[in-house]
Amino acid sequence: MKTAEEIVAIIKAALPDAGVELVPNPSPSAQHSLLLDPKSAVAVASFLRDDSELALDFCSNATGVDWPGKEIAEKVKVTKLVDGVETIVEETVKRVEPGYLEAVYHLYSVKHAHREIAGPVVLRMRTGNRADRVQLPSLTPVWRSAEFQEREIFDLFGIVFTGHPDLRRILMWDEFEDHPMRRDYVDPDDYEYEPTPHDEVLKRAEANKAEATA
Amino acid sequence: MAVEPDLKIELGKQGVFVTTVSEIYNWGRKNSVWPMQFGLACCAIEMIATTMARYDLARFGAEVFRPSPRQADLMIISGTVTKKMAPQVVRLYNQMAEPRYVIAMGACAISGGPFKQGYNVLKGIDRYIPVDVHIPGCPPRPEALIHAFMTLQAKIDAQPLTGAERPRHLDAEAQGLFPVPEQGAHDLVPPVNRLVWPLPAPVPSGENCG
Repeated sequence: MKTAEEIVAIIKAALPDAGVELVPNPSPSAQHSLLLDPKSAVAVASFLRDDSELALDFCSNATGVDWPGKEIAEKVKVTKLVDGVETIVEETVKRVEPGYLEAVYHLYSVKHAHREIAGPVVLRMRTGNRADRVQLPSLTPVWRSAEFQEREIFDLFGIVFTGHPDLRRILMWDEFEDHPMRRDYVDPDDYEYEPTPHDEVLKRAEANKAEATA
Repeated sequence: MAVEPDLKIELGKQGVFVTTVSEIYNWGRKNSVWPMQFGLACCAIEMIATTMARYDLARFGAEVFRPSPRQADLMIISGTVTKKMAPQVVRLYNQMAEPRYVIAMGACAISGGPFKQGYNVLKGIDRYIPVDVHIPGCPPRPEALIHAFMTLQAKIDAQPLTGAERPRHLDAEAQGLFPVPEQGAHDLVPPVNRLVWPLPAPVPSGENCG
């Protein structure tokens, strides 16, 4: 089985225009992944499947990751007029790094008899943001096994897969509007009665109790 | 008018059989409770085991699992009720003819169980339909289901046929149709049927945390 670095090199040699980046994993597992540019993702995926050397013909798993926006505080030196004298003042500037949603695919080759122990080839794709630019190309036309899992990602994370043959919710009902696996999801408050409340549920149960007695 | 048990035994020895209408009516009801063939999750496997040769639910007159709610008397809620499934469960209950009974089997059916704080699981089916017997367990063993069944039989046996405690099918005023919840944008609407599941009285702080 080829390493992720080798696969990136093979893709770049075969498809010079394709956007492929290596995302290193510094942990002991060293399970590096390939970040695909959504524009060329379908072409790269077809190449990975059809190339006789790689022959990644089996997509075993597709899932989503939510990366919410991060607030980063930075110290910046600014020149300011203090009592009529120009002085250099250090100021803390906060900026929000926008979040994004990510789709992750795990690939194996049945032809080359990849083993679970060697780990999958991991593909990632990232959306523009978490609100309105959530489209990603569907890889279902390349690996049919991704169909239900992409529907699940659409249902629980809200990534819209363009080119998917049947993009509907799969676990929640059609009228449902939220995406429960997002980090900022708030579940409905139906904790009226809790025999042994604790942590977050204790706070909610006490708030409900205060409301009921008021 | 009930016959004294001692007198009944004495008369029995003499070859005289004495009973009352309510006794024979309830005896008939409790020994032919036909469950609905209906499983929701892993508890259903235990329910199936209960009906098989080793545990043999047929001994209690309940071997006939009907595949239609129109022919069934007992609904065994065997497993997790998801919010997507809950309207269908209530609809099936509405389609059953009186007299009808409900056993909530397992931690999920009675409270949501290990999935209680999930976004997709109903926190107990007793929020929408009246439950006769609750069985704890994850999943409960077949013996527990048999015990629940015997509890239900004792409950049927003790029911008077007249007065305020009479069964629902002998009460013309009783409510027979339970509202089916709608699947809304964020949760089921309404989240609970207050007629079936009234808000518990507020417990003084600290009392329930021991």
